[in-house]
Amino acid sequence: MSEKSSGSSGDKLRSDSSRESGSRLPSAGISRRDILRTLAIGAAGGSVLQVIPAEAAEYIHQLVRTEKGTAASAKYTPKYFSAQQYATLIFLCDAIIPKDDHSGGAVEGGAPEFIDLLTSENEKFQLRLGGGLFWLDGFTSDRYGKVFLECAPQQQKEVMDLIAYRKNAIKDPTLSQGVAFFALLRNMTCDAFYTSKIGIADLQYIGNTSLREFPGCPALPHES
Amino acid sequence: MAQVARSPKTYDVCIIGSGAGGGMAAKILTEGGLTVAMLEAGPQVYPEKDFKMLMWPYELPHRGAGVGGRASENFGEFLAPNGAWNISGEPYTSAPGANFQWFRSRIVGGRTNHWGRIALRFSPIDFKSGSRDGLGDDWPISYEDLSPYYDKVEGYIGVFGTKENVSSAPDGVFLPPPKPRCTELLIKKACDKLNIICIPSRLAVLTRSINDRAACHYCGQCSRGCVTGSNFSSSQVLIPPAMETGRLTLITGAMAREIMVGPDGKATGVSYIDKATSTEMRVNARAIVVAASACESARLLLNSKSSSFPDGLANSSGTVGRYLTDSVGSDGWGIIPQLEKMPPHNHDGTGGMHMYIPWWKFDRQNDFPRGYHIEMGGGRDLPGVGMFNHLCHNVEGYGAPLKQKARQSYGTAVGFAGRGEMIPNPDTYCEIDPDTVDQWGIPVLRFHFRWSEYELRQARDMQDTFRSIIETMGGEYQTKTRIEGQYPFGILEGGKIIHEVGTARMGADPKTSVLNSYCQAHDVKNVFVTDGAPLVTNPDKNPTLTIMALSWRASEYLLAEAKKGNL
Repeated sequence: MSEKSSGSSGDKLRSDSSRESGSRLPSAGISRRDILRTLAIGAAGGSVLQVIPAEAAEYIHQLVRTEKGTAASAKYTPKYFSAQQYATLIFLCDAIIPKDDHSGGAVEGGAPEFIDLLTSENEKFQLRLGGGLFWLDGFTSDRYGKVFLECAPQQQKEVMDLIAYRKNAIKDPTLSQGVAFFALLRNMTCDAFYTSKIGIADLQYIGNTSLREFPGCPALPHES
Repeated sequence: MAQVARSPKTYDVCIIGSGAGGGMAAKILTEGGLTVAMLEAGPQVYPEKDFKMLMWPYELPHRGAGVGGRASENFGEFLAPNGAWNISGEPYTSAPGANFQWFRSRIVGGRTNHWGRIALRFSPIDFKSGSRDGLGDDWPISYEDLSPYYDKVEGYIGVFGTKENVSSAPDGVFLPPPKPRCTELLIKKACDKLNIICIPSRLAVLTRSINDRAACHYCGQCSRGCVTGSNFSSSQVLIPPAMETGRLTLITGAMAREIMVGPDGKATGVSYIDKATSTEMRVNARAIVVAASACESARLLLNSKSSSFPDGLANSSGTVGRYLTDSVGSDGWGIIPQLEKMPPHNHDGTGGMHMYIPWWKFDRQNDFPRGYHIEMGGGRDLPGVGMFNHLCHNVEGYGAPLKQKARQSYGTAVGFAGRGEMIPNPDTYCEIDPDTVDQWGIPVLRFHFRWSEYELRQARDMQDTFRSIIETMGGEYQTKTRIEGQYPFGILEGGKIIHEVGTARMGADPKTSVLNSYCQAHDVKNVFVTDGAPLVTNPDKNPTLTIMALSWRASEYLLAEAKKGNL
């Protein structure tokens, strides 16, 4: 019997990206397992202050990236949503963050998988998102006689334009559940997209790497 | 009850807790020749496995939100492990209206694995503030007593900073500071206009390699734990040298239940639950160092009842659990349009601010006592879960306009955190809850907590200051606070700043304090407390550096007393 440990669940979560496979980079004769073993000596208390240089840290980073990059992306089976709900989820994620000239969209960024995973683990999300998808189909059935996905593109846009703004629910309180649903979905879609590789690149974030010195601010913009 | 397993060995010292205070005691005592058994309620930490340094959010299926999104409540999935506001099976309770929040890290190194590394000395006046304004009590020691130990701690753990000669923020033994970020340069410019002091911050992060530890590699992720040990944590900087002496026995998964006392009124050892086997165990020692974190230490003392000490160990004054304080905390942020023009660049730096605002109104008449400092953040940080929640709320909609707005606003937010001094009050304390035990059968703490007018006025001043800095920067202040309600001016719940201290304070008078000026219990000469509990006041400086300086000083005293045969 042990206390709730985020460490053990963390290991499980990371198993896809940082499995200790002993895989080797083509350019280096040292495996991830070797590096980790070296690190373990310093950290486990057996040896004093044996810390690795930043280069080794960056090397681990490279390894993780390489392993992640070669992992086969199997077709995703939703854990929580029904196939029809999941199709609606994909549609909405794509509408919230679409592909544009700069980058791919939220679907490419893994938003539907991310949202399905979190929803499968949290009853609150199940009510708000699962229930929200039912609300959406009920709303379009009343309004257009069809579930959301079967509506014409113009009808789908009309509905999204209604539930994407709080002010509409003030005018028409029957929209309030839809607005709350869309707000949560929008947050989670942004969470997924802007934590994905393509979303981070879209923001032109530079960092999460090892530097010998911190360069500071390149030059402040002139005050307008 | 399961049988009690007794270790035949008697150690010189048993230390309870492996964080800043316990780790420092372990290093000094073992290097001084004593044998030490250290009890840690959590598991061993393995940085290479447990720390998520340099990991991208997309390398985790939950992207940092954690299972069911719940890690977001505990600072996210990337935080160094085993820290949480609530631990399954180990509850605490709050009296009605108190709503105290208690963040615990059950792991070797405790909260030092993830802490903010802000390492500020208390100032000379902080030790005598009671005499100055008539609120509360002075410390039994002065700045001069502690200053040599600040020097030693800074020299050993490594702290960057600059000599500034600001009376509220004494200079120390500093490594060179890192260069400021763009956001910080803009804040500094605004502060200059407003006559607010803004100086390089002081963090326990190595900008140069010292003591065989590698220099910082500027990934900006100290809170995840540092695999290269380039910032301070007890697990990587204090425990290893203690281990190296061969005199430290580290016992993990050991939940201390009670300090045992002999017929002569001296402590004889510690009874603990071995979590792995659910067995009650006992470790014998000639002296006990309690460093389980201020409230956990108070809990242990209060639960250590005997015929000699019916109200709990070292509690003849009745002040164990009293004088509890946390830092006053109020946060705010704004959007700085000027930052939209910044070209993409690496903004990571160390895992904390490179500039900060020490208490600057020390020479003025304010409508609240004592003071606060201001921490800062924002800019082109590594994107993470929740970063665009506010944007989504503000601009709403969907599609290309939302995406464009996210791109445009990224990196333009600047945030402040005011951290100020709370005056102890009689309505704020912790005690044993008569109705509740944890899963090991150990009675738990019940918290009482109340902010007074002093703290609320301080929070108001923080909000006014944040707004004036943001507006001077040409930005738009975003934080909206209420005047009414339980948390006016954005003041956070008690405990939320994780600076809870003062539950076994030191003092010259055994009737009003638990410890003497060497953190030694007035009532039990072979019991010491070396975490945040001994602190008499909770100045606007983060307490960790002072905890370590006090622990170093107490440990030297303990060593000397042991050699004289006084324990």
